[in-house]
Amino acid sequence: MVKQVSVFLPNEPGVLAKFTELLENNKINIRALTVAETADYGILRIIVNNPDKCIEVLRNANYLVSETDVLAFEVEDKPGGLHRIANLMGENNINIEYLYSTLTSKTAIILMRVNDLEKASTLLKDAGIKIFSGSEIYSI
Amino acid sequence: MSKRYEYWNKEMELKNRKELDEIQNKRLRAIVKYCYDNVPFYNKKFKENNLHPDDIKTKDDIIKIPITYKQDLRDNYPFNMFAVPMKDIVRIHASSGTTGKPTVVGYTAKDIETWTELMARTIMATNVTKEDIIQNAYGYGLFTGGLGFHYGAEKIGATVIPISGGNTERQILIMQDFKSTVLTCTPSYSLYIAEYLKNLDIDVDSLSLRVGIFGAEPWSEALRSKIEDALHIDAFDIYGLSELCGPGVSIECPEKAGLHIWEDHFIPEIIDPENGEQKNMGEQGALVFTTLTKEGIPLLRYLTNDITVLNEEKCNCGRWHIRMRKVIGRADDMLIIRGINVFPSEVEYQLMKIPGVSENYQIIIDRDILDRLILKVEVTPEAFSDKVSEMEDFKKNIEQRLYSSLQIHANVELVAPGKIERSIGKAKRVIDLRTKNI
Ligand SMILES: [Zn+2]
Repeated sequence: MVKQVSVFLPNEPGVLAKFTELLENNKINIRALTVAETADYGILRIIVNNPDKCIEVLRNANYLVSETDVLAFEVEDKPGGLHRIANLMGENNINIEYLYSTLTSKTAIILMRVNDLEKASTLLKDAGIKIFSGSEIYSI
Repeated sequence: MSKRYEYWNKEMELKNRKELDEIQNKRLRAIVKYCYDNVPFYNKKFKENNLHPDDIKTKDDIIKIPITYKQDLRDNYPFNMFAVPMKDIVRIHASSGTTGKPTVVGYTAKDIETWTELMARTIMATNVTKEDIIQNAYGYGLFTGGLGFHYGAEKIGATVIPISGGNTERQILIMQDFKSTVLTCTPSYSLYIAEYLKNLDIDVDSLSLRVGIFGAEPWSEALRSKIEDALHIDAFDIYGLSELCGPGVSIECPEKAGLHIWEDHFIPEIIDPENGEQKNMGEQGALVFTTLTKEGIPLLRYLTNDITVLNEEKCNCGRWHIRMRKVIGRADDMLIIRGINVFPSEVEYQLMKIPGVSENYQIIIDRDILDRLILKVEVTPEAFSDKVSEMEDFKKNIEQRLYSSLQIHANVELVAPGKIERSIGKAKRVIDLRTKNI
């Protein structure tokens, strides 16, 4: 299981720069990120090298922050790789809330938020898919 | 456990309906004559209306007297409504005029004595006694709040800390070190203090606060729960206006079922603000007061801006003094949005019932073709989710609730914590941009 940090960010100029500056000053590195945006705000979801410290730093700076567990797994670098996973979840009635990806020099990693983490994790394992632990991802 | 009720002046406070009526009739006759003889404004007004003081025999005759408007006080600015020469005036207060000149009130020594007596009753009605340490965070100065509380608190023998408003860090320091048991200020400021305490990581239970007496702006029942939960206190609503004396016109007793108006000093009425006609007991309308004992600036049928309902049933606390419902809104605060009349307090009441909505919100009204109501709501940790769908549901829930309860269309905008300006005095929760463009 991987800890994802979610942050509420208003859609205003300079907000993101201020945010990234804060992380940089506190030596927090972003491993993966995705933004969901609406007309008035965005929800930034990040995977960082040190989630606990990141949450503390953000809370002290009065950001609205939450912590969510997501799954991180390897996906085959060929056509249909992701399709296979999506099918597997769908067939087993697991709802994928959202997913995003990050690349290392060797492999593509998918980060996935689902409604039933335990079940999804077992399904992936049984299908022979490599699941990463938190510490593996934080130290990419 | 039966409830405890404290009284300052048990004899007057426990007079029954018939006794109160007798006092009022007698004092009404006297004050009408006093106004006629001493205030040129009233003398002229009576003559214009072919009215003589002898025509007013009981409370039932009060409707013969024309209404006095705030504008009348402005027209007679600063001292022309005074019934006594300046040498008999010992104190001047003035209300902050949001538009133009302030309204000025003058007190004789006797008026100060009366006001002090009313504030003593008012404070004790909330079960605050001489054992208490009152941190008085109402402003001292031309505004009546600070000094009104000060005199009343000293009268009952409580310890007063005359800290006045503002400087929140100092307020908290004093609260901790002096072990204040009672906080008096505006409801908005109490929430501001609560938030400040939270930011400083101070446990409210480490303080000694037990009661809050809040007024000077209308606040909803839902806001009361928020304040009580945030500060772990018993919160009471106090009402008054400088034209009548200041705070001390009415107060909630521990029943919190309306505010007792001290009827041996004021006759309240409810009128229809549209046509000026008196309404029946239990009907909603604008509150009107006749002062029965004031010497400096007596007022007959003075129209306030406040919308409420009166209840003359005896209260469980033993008092018959008429109760006014918590002010629903101010007549000139009423918003008309696409033809729907709504008070900001009604919007607040609905909002506070929604989990995850805090008191930090702002109503903005604008017009492009139709009126638009934009509701800025700070997102709380409780409402925040990493899923957009949940955040959007939160928004829709607010919009639907406002539509189903008040028939108003609102566009909710979610904003980051701390984005809505905090206020130390009266909260500015409504911004009407329409007037600028017309
Ligand atoms: Zn009562």
